[in-house]
Amino acid sequence: MPLGLGCSARPGRAKDNRTGSWRVFWPRFDHSKCSKCGMCQTLCPEGCISEDGEGTFQPDLTYCKGCGICAEECPGGAIQMEKEEK
Amino acid sequence: MENEACELFDSGHRACGGCGAALASRLILKAAGKDVIVVSATGCLEVFSTPYPETAWKVPWVHSLFENNSAVASGIEASLKRQGRKEKVIAIGGDGATFDIGILCLSGAFERGHDFTYICYDNEAYMNTGIQRSGATPYDASTTTTPAGRCSYGNPRPKKDMPAILAAHGSPYIATTSIAYPRDMIEKVKRAIETQGPTYVQVHAPCCTGWGFEGEKTVAIAKLALETGLFVSYEMVDGSVVKVKKVLRKPVEEYLSTQRRFRHLFKPKRNDAEIAKIQAIADRNAEKFGIDIKLKKPAAE
Repeated sequence: MPLGLGCSARPGRAKDNRTGSWRVFWPRFDHSKCSKCGMCQTLCPEGCISEDGEGTFQPDLTYCKGCGICAEECPGGAIQMEKEEK
Repeated sequence: MENEACELFDSGHRACGGCGAALASRLILKAAGKDVIVVSATGCLEVFSTPYPETAWKVPWVHSLFENNSAVASGIEASLKRQGRKEKVIAIGGDGATFDIGILCLSGAFERGHDFTYICYDNEAYMNTGIQRSGATPYDASTTTTPAGRCSYGNPRPKKDMPAILAAHGSPYIATTSIAYPRDMIEKVKRAIETQGPTYVQVHAPCCTGWGFEGEKTVAIAKLALETGLFVSYEMVDGSVVKVKKVLRKPVEEYLSTQRRFRHLFKPKRNDAEIAKIQAIADRNAEKFGIDIKLKKPAAE
């Protein structure tokens, strides 16, 4: 018997919502100071920092809200928050 | 377990920048992998992750009410068992859904012994509805229902000891952890899921909006909660504490002074009597769990 109640959403459809527009500051990654520990990727609440397979990390600015956790927690100080210019 | 690089809780959700609960959900799914069914109570997590027709979840996810989170999870678990399926069931609720509204169904599910994991993301108040106090709100925190003012220092009651209540139900595995220690958190969630029977993990997840601090400090403040002894990270197996995270304890002011909800303890003038009471809570925690690292030589300073 089909259930008449409830509704469903396609998995991961939140991707339609480009939260990058919320940003005031954006994270600039200085790869020369990066020790490739991956802490930024682990601690990003958006899950929008990805690694290219060779240990280089890059944020996806389509979704980055600019919270600054990555810059705050980076042990090598390789990430700086800079004012977004729109 | 699954490849932890894969994001099963994806970007595009509508949590505040620097949200502790969003980070907790990501880490929970990294530990759980994709063979899970998640039941989520009403609360911030439900609202920001799934504003219909969008959802950040890439695993089967069911929204229940505040009060029946564990009952829905119990039903799914019973059905999976009947069908001989191997998926794991996780129920996730905030501290309001866990400590206050959902405790009846939670108690029932633990007492019936369903094989599921209940995870509470503890941000110490009802954040979604506008920062009302819950059973998890710590002593002296100012919330909209316990506002600090001339006649009040904020919440007059201590935090409820939820892990002890569930341990009394005979749960085989109970753990507390924090988003500040992601490796520890992932290990504990994995262990909880792998353990047969009803298990519980309480994740300390600071809320920048409700507690009043800048979003980038979320992880730093979560770390301070552990370092001051106001939140203790431990594991209980069959009712007894088997592992505790030890720290070199800092004075509680270092944690309190970073948050707007404790501002009344420092302004207009410092309230030493109330700060001493909170320090006493941390001291009691330290004594109860033995979290202090004993240095052989006295510290250099």
